[in-house]
Amino acid sequence: MQLARVIGDVVATVKDPNFDSIKLLLVQPIGADGQDVGRALVAVDSVGAGVGETVFFVRGKEASFPWHPLEVPADAGIVGIVDHYTVATDSTQIRLR
Amino acid sequence: MLLARIVGTVVATRKDPRLVSNKLLLARPIDPKGKAEGNYLVAIDTVDAGVGETVLIVSGSSARMASGMKDTPVDAAVVGIIDNIDVSE
Repeated sequence: MQLARVIGDVVATVKDPNFDSIKLLLVQPIGADGQDVGRALVAVDSVGAGVGETVFFVRGKEASFPWHPLEVPADAGIVGIVDHYTVATDSTQIRLR
Repeated sequence: MLLARIVGTVVATRKDPRLVSNKLLLARPIDPKGKAEGNYLVAIDTVDAGVGETVLIVSGSSARMASGMKDTPVDAAVVGIIDNIDVSE
């Protein structure tokens, strides 16, 4: 899984029928310092995340597992909303909220 | 999933038999602001997308879960036509 920040949402009317009533969010992967790392991507949301929240998402076919046995054609999915996280290496705790 | 803009079509007479009667599109990934980035990719169309449209592309083995793509040799499929991208940050 990877840490990311939800930066926006995506609306699509014409889409695969298995996407119906699933929220599509724009996520920006971040590093331990909270800085952006790499490209933003679109992820399906199974936990009710919203813009501005720090989340973790899963890549690959596993992104569709929250809707099993429905085969949602997703390769990235938000599976958790981060309350806070710590980086132990330098004993500095980064508290997000 | 990736955001991309459809920039063309791909025609192939000789191809895997499981790809017959599927439309192949040439797509260029974009960032949320619409700027093109990265390399072009060939994607199977499952939503009747056309050149110039902004679409959602699923890649990897998940592409086989797109409508009608079960057991086909694909790793990129167009699964949505984007109406609007709202970047709030």
